Amino acid sequence: MESRVLVLFLASTLAVGSLTGCGRDALVRADEAAQPPVIEPDVERREIDPPRIDTEDFEVGIFAGQLSVEDFGVNTVAGARFAYHVTEGFFVELAAGEADTELTSFERLSGAAQLLTDSEREYSYYNVSLGYNIFPGEGFVGRRRALNMATYVIGGVGKTTFAGDDRFTVNFGVGMRVMPLDWFAVHADLRDHVFDIDLLGQEKTSHNLEAHVGVTFFF
Amino acid sequence: MRWSWLVLSLCQFAIAGHAAGAERPLREVTIADPFIELHTGPGRGYPIFFVAERGEQIALVKRRTEWFKVRVARGQEGWVHFEQLTTTLDLDGEPFDLPALGFSDYAARRWEVGTLYGDFGGANVIGLYGSRSFTPNLSGELWLSQALGRFSDSTLATVNIVHLMYPDWRASPYFTLGAGVIKTEPKATLVATTDRSDSIALAGAGVRMYLSRRFVFRAEYKAHVVFTSRNDNEEVSEWKAGFSFFF
Repeated sequence: MESRVLVLFLASTLAVGSLTGCGRDALVRADEAAQPPVIEPDVERREIDPPRIDTEDFEVGIFAGQLSVEDFGVNTVAGARFAYHVTEGFFVELAAGEADTELTSFERLSGAAQLLTDSEREYSYYNVSLGYNIFPGEGFVGRRRALNMATYVIGGVGKTTFAGDDRFTVNFGVGMRVMPLDWFAVHADLRDHVFDIDLLGQEKTSHNLEAHVGVTFFF
Repeated sequence: MRWSWLVLSLCQFAIAGHAAGAERPLREVTIADPFIELHTGPGRGYPIFFVAERGEQIALVKRRTEWFKVRVARGQEGWVHFEQLTTTLDLDGEPFDLPALGFSDYAARRWEVGTLYGDFGGANVIGLYGSRSFTPNLSGELWLSQALGRFSDSTLATVNIVHLMYPDWRASPYFTLGAGVIKTEPKATLVATTDRSDSIALAGAGVRMYLSRRFVFRAEYKAHVVFTSRNDNEEVSEWKAGFSFFF
């Protein structure tokens, strides 16, 4: 009996104590919230946005030169190139060019019927090539001036449209890139375009040498 | 030339970009290596003409492949190899997070372009594709291929869905399914032939391997079914290999 009274007493004391304690705590908190803070933090957050670093791995440009089309004379060629530099050594190039070819010696001498129509006489090509800068270094112009340059080897595959047909074409060659500014380059290229042609009755492999100069811009 | 305007405007854009970029604010870092070497050009063959010491502040002007063009406090500008800048510090003293490209960027790639070369039923084929990744495994590809054969040339345009088996491996096999159109033009030296366009469906498998920077090697086999207007469908197998770049 006594122990039950003791338990009841203890329980009620605990209950009342905890209730009043909570109440006081809540009151104090409400009081604090109503008061303004002593120090108002006045810090403006700085937006840190570091400037981006300009990457110039792409190269675009135009070229013009001479293209010797087997049996069809040496002709002026003009075109464009687009390159992506993967590493300091390797680059991938997409190039396209166009030339109007001449009459063959046979057509000229015999004065007979022409082999091709005017539109078939147009020679156009595109190719995808992989290049490698084999000799990067400086070249000297006079005593005081050094220019950055690189000699590269390049080769790839593509398509040539000539004499009314598309022909699978392999190209390879060497080129030189001279850079007066680090975003501007002057190119000189020698390229051989090789394809099979059966225009004159028998299929043969034709080599078409191209020499051109061009300018490119890096961006 | 139809594309000459495009090229000329691209050139103009490139020049204009350089003119406008002159007064752009530059990223500045502090050298942490004992010294860095400034080359006259972005490559191993260009001589070192200046050395900047630890603690000096440099501005990063631009980047080409693995080389950074930097401007030192005294005004000299030269090209520094990426490896010498890996330990540089930002202005707040924190290590500078060099925007290097690695395998993690490969895993997070979104866009990819590539070119492959091979054999399409006996003809030489050059393929160009653009790809968009939807998940690490799944991507969609748009292919344009040109097959140049002895008797006919074909142009193919296909849409493919590609499933990469193990996207977190450097080299992983993949499977692909696709459909599109094929336009076949017989050679002009053959008589009495006409051009034709047909639908095409394909299934294929291949392997792709991350090489370095943005470079990926890829080789694949595709089996095509050409739905011709004749009684029989034509089956063509294609093997190719090539490279792609991701962005």
